Amino acid sequence: MTGPLLQVRGVETYYGKIQALRGVDLDVENGEIVALIGANGAGKSTLMMTICGSPRARSGAIRFDGSDITAAPTHQIMRSGIAQAPEGRRIFPRMSVMENLQMGAAVTDMTHFADDLERIFAMFPLLRKRSGQRGGTLSGGEQQMLAIARALMSRPRLLLLDEPSLGLAPIIVRQIFAAIRDLNRKQGLTVFLVEQNAYHALKLAHRGYVMVNGAIAMTGTGAELLAREDVRAAYLEGGHG
Amino acid sequence: MEYFVQQLINGLTLGSIYGLIAIGYTMVYGIIGMINFAHGDIFMIGAFVALIALIAIGLTAGAGLVIVILALLLALLIAMALTAIYGWTVERFAYRPLRTSFRLAPLITAIGMSIVLQNFVQVTQGARVKPLQPIVTGGYEIMRTTTEHGEFIVLVSNIQILIILTTVLLMAVFALIIARTPLGRAQRACEQDRTMAALLGINVDRTISLTFVIGAALASVAGLMYLLYYGVIDFFIGFVAGIKAFTAAVLGGIGSLPGAMLGGLIIGLIETFWSAYFTIEYKDVAAFSILVVVLIFMPSGLLGRPEVEKV
Ligand SMILES: Nc1ncnc2c1ncn2[C@@H]1O[C@H](COP(=O)(O)OP(=O)(O)OP(=O)(O)O)[C@@H](O)[C@H]1O
Ligand SMILES: [Mg+2]
Repeated sequence: MTGPLLQVRGVETYYGKIQALRGVDLDVENGEIVALIGANGAGKSTLMMTICGSPRARSGAIRFDGSDITAAPTHQIMRSGIAQAPEGRRIFPRMSVMENLQMGAAVTDMTHFADDLERIFAMFPLLRKRSGQRGGTLSGGEQQMLAIARALMSRPRLLLLDEPSLGLAPIIVRQIFAAIRDLNRKQGLTVFLVEQNAYHALKLAHRGYVMVNGAIAMTGTGAELLAREDVRAAYLEGGHG
Repeated sequence: MEYFVQQLINGLTLGSIYGLIAIGYTMVYGIIGMINFAHGDIFMIGAFVALIALIAIGLTAGAGLVIVILALLLALLIAMALTAIYGWTVERFAYRPLRTSFRLAPLITAIGMSIVLQNFVQVTQGARVKPLQPIVTGGYEIMRTTTEHGEFIVLVSNIQILIILTTVLLMAVFALIIARTPLGRAQRACEQDRTMAALLGINVDRTISLTFVIGAALASVAGLMYLLYYGVIDFFIGFVAGIKAFTAAVLGGIGSLPGAMLGGLIIGLIETFWSAYFTIEYKDVAAFSILVVVLIFMPSGLLGRPEVEKV
């Protein structure tokens, strides 16, 4: 395979008459961690969801692993090897933690369920203790871990994470970022993440994009973006946001 | 006492039929938040398919027990399969195109579908009632007392036993499917968050279709039972039974499966006891009054969960 694992070209997305994405261009190479940062309402979550076909791009093209997925139905896109831990976590509230994880494994028809479950529990030991508990009764941090764990259960090649550190204690954030780096290094998992926590995200990522008003305004390696004055001023108030 | 026991048995029988229909209302509401007003007519279609199947099988009076059971089983399977196709078709062509439309559109379409199905059966099968000669006969005497008014016997007919047992069995299987299988999990996931279910690779449209198929299949079983129990059907039976079953679903807590089963039983019992001890004219009023009272004090029904906005 040549070319990027994920290729986004000129994508425009609307909510009714409101335009949320204004011609987004972006690539995620195989084996990379790419961070997307931007102000509230910039369109980051919309891009994550548009990649998954929900909502669908009105114009432009999205290619995954060489094939055009712009018009594919969401469930087929997800079955082709993309997983997302979306904004708001979207844990099934009236299902147990275990059932939420089983839902994550739905695309693999549960063939590797037992093995993957052990890996996940090693990564997030807390989830093992909570496995019989209903998703809706978990704390915010626990739900975030579950959302990431559930996404991993599908054995994706591309993992989309929408603000994985939101609402988590710093120690848990470090743990999750370490887990992401680990998955990337050891298993070659490609990760595309949105973060408010720009400092940590750009430290973690190989490359980053800055989104302003529904379009990409800047791009570069994590270190390059961190070094730029305008980026620091806009997204890293106080130095280490 | 004997009279009470007899009414209890009759009420449970009727309640079983309502419960099976109520599941279809509650499942569809749970997954797409819509009241499928045509569901009562799907039940009626089920009864007609069963009738046609039984006539085609050509069971004669005096057939052996094994033959009767096989014939009923065959009629049941035919009714379930064909009625499920009706349920699927209604969803696919009448409701799905309107799923993203304004809230009232599918509701109005459902009322329209109800009229279409009734008229379709009226035109193709005629407007007069259709009788079926009794197939399952006999029963057991479980109590007998002699008073100054004469003898009173409590009877459980074979058909009542058949109806109650089949319902219990079906509901157990159905509850197991919903609780334990990947299909049931996908169904519940779509109910709780359709977008997320799709993000996990679930084909939401197919899951919704399946919900209609399962609901229709269960309603057709109720249709066959109704046919065997009352011996006559017409194109209009879906209206009253449908409203009763809908009431049962609301009473139990719309969206709740155990609620639908419980609500069905309660409505069946109320109706039977009211007719037995008070007057038969007001039996429907009684059932609906109970509904109103319950909803005043428990707005989400007996087993429904309180409506909480998602964050
Ligand atoms: N379902 C929706 N309907 C209408 N407008 C929406 C919807 N979702 C998002 N928007 C609008 O689209 C724009 C982009 O929103 P989006 O959620 O993608 O931003 P974001 O970059 O993820 O912001 P945040 O950092 O706050 O999560 C916003 O102006 C928002 O109001
Ligand atoms: Mg967002």
